[in-house]
Amino acid sequence: MKRAFPILAVLSLIFLGYASYRALVVAPTDALQGEVYRIIYYHVPSAWTAFLLFFINFIASIQYLAEAKPATRSVVRWVVIGVGVVGAIVAFVVPMPAGIRPSAIATTMLAIPAFYLFIGRYFPGEKLDVLAVTAAEVGVVFCTIVLVTGPIWARPVWGIWWAPGDIRLTSTLVMWLIYVSYLVLRRFSNSAQTQTLAAALAVFGALDVPLVYFSIWFFRTQHPQPVIGGGGSMDPRMLDTLMLSWTAFLFFGFLVCWARYRLELMQRQVEEAGALQSLRDDDETAPSQRMQGRAAL
Amino acid sequence: MTSFWAVTFATLAKDIRLEWRSKDALNSMLFFSLLVVVIFSFSFDPLAEESRHIVGGLIWVAFLFAAVVALNQTWARELRSQVLDAYRVSPAPANALFVAKALGNFIFVSILEALMTPLFVIFYNLRVIGPAWQLVPIAALGTWALVVNGTFFAAMSLRTRNREIMLPLLLFPISIPAVLGMVAGTTAVLTGDNPAHFYIVLLLTYDVVFTTACLALFGTILHAE
Repeated sequence: MKRAFPILAVLSLIFLGYASYRALVVAPTDALQGEVYRIIYYHVPSAWTAFLLFFINFIASIQYLAEAKPATRSVVRWVVIGVGVVGAIVAFVVPMPAGIRPSAIATTMLAIPAFYLFIGRYFPGEKLDVLAVTAAEVGVVFCTIVLVTGPIWARPVWGIWWAPGDIRLTSTLVMWLIYVSYLVLRRFSNSAQTQTLAAALAVFGALDVPLVYFSIWFFRTQHPQPVIGGGGSMDPRMLDTLMLSWTAFLFFGFLVCWARYRLELMQRQVEEAGALQSLRDDDETAPSQRMQGRAAL
Repeated sequence: MTSFWAVTFATLAKDIRLEWRSKDALNSMLFFSLLVVVIFSFSFDPLAEESRHIVGGLIWVAFLFAAVVALNQTWARELRSQVLDAYRVSPAPANALFVAKALGNFIFVSILEALMTPLFVIFYNLRVIGPAWQLVPIAALGTWALVVNGTFFAAMSLRTRNREIMLPLLLFPISIPAVLGMVAGTTAVLTGDNPAHFYIVLLLTYDVVFTTACLALFGTILHAE
């Protein structure tokens, strides 16, 4: 960490700088929106990174709860695998509403067991909770970038700062609110149960987001449909820049997560050592106190 | 299974008896929502036509805030004399306690709604244009949505510092789809502009999903050490 981190930090800085150069200078100007569209190279990569981190938080939280008892561990693992496989099949069988591609749903469904098994293998026990808090904190930062750049972009293009009742805007905002409340809970609860409470809240939040999405389904949506993948109408040069920008954001996000993860792990080790030390001190002082007590008697 | 319902009804009967004798939660909820109604009626001075569009939002915001008052008292009572710790070491199923508390809160908030709704009708000169009976399932499902999550999060915020303020911070973000369903459904019925079926289905889905989640996780929360 000590040697690799500065090197990677410099690399990430160069990478982000190059992505910005591509985004602001090289990428062609949009035919309809003009120069203002260039904010897409910050808005969309931040959104994807934030959603990925929230997804990791959900997987780590559910696994943390499942690992608590040996009985639930294997049951939850098979349920997660089942959900992924069945979901992927259902995505192709059941007709999807317009604008949603079955392959996208299937990929997401299969990513659930893939992430679950990967995270379970490399982050055992308490590290699951450390991963969850790291992902939530960094995710909230990226989600904040999305919510700030969104209105800045919307004002010149749509003529309004915010479209209340829009499906993507509202679900992103609710997701942000849920994860902020998750961080508030972690801040205000410093007992031994914090990890369990936070993991339960993360599961509730993850159940809530699809419901928000579903509940606003009824309203006409102002936000453009996804343009990446099938049926997209994006200039390939723009798409290249967008993907480059996302890779740079992911790299940067990974680096921040890594640092935060190490910090949290060290902090817990220090706390643990402190607790052990105070226990040992108690043991040492206890006999002498007993002696004093006897002397007083 | 019989013991599950025996524990549930024993706890529920105890809570109702306590509430009947003290009337702590009901009185504070009633007075609180009365204040909200009066303040809202000062802040907005709507015509009958306008009030139909806004009162769905006002009434549910008032009930949401008032419900928090009752929900905060749910578990506080059990902390005295370590009742909750005694429950934790007893062999009684954790979910029986949860179901009893949620049902108790549902009853209290329903009483509040039954008493306060006529006041809203008077203050805002309401006349329902759509099918009025649909307000009953919307109210029942919406109230359950609030109290089931509220009871769960109240148990959760018990373990935190300044728990009174913690409950709304946890409950409100999660409740947004339910509040949206209640408000939009009530407005749809009041104005008669569009059918409210979608919102009833939405509330039902919300209730099923979160009741399942609460029952699955309550044991973990209660026994977390």
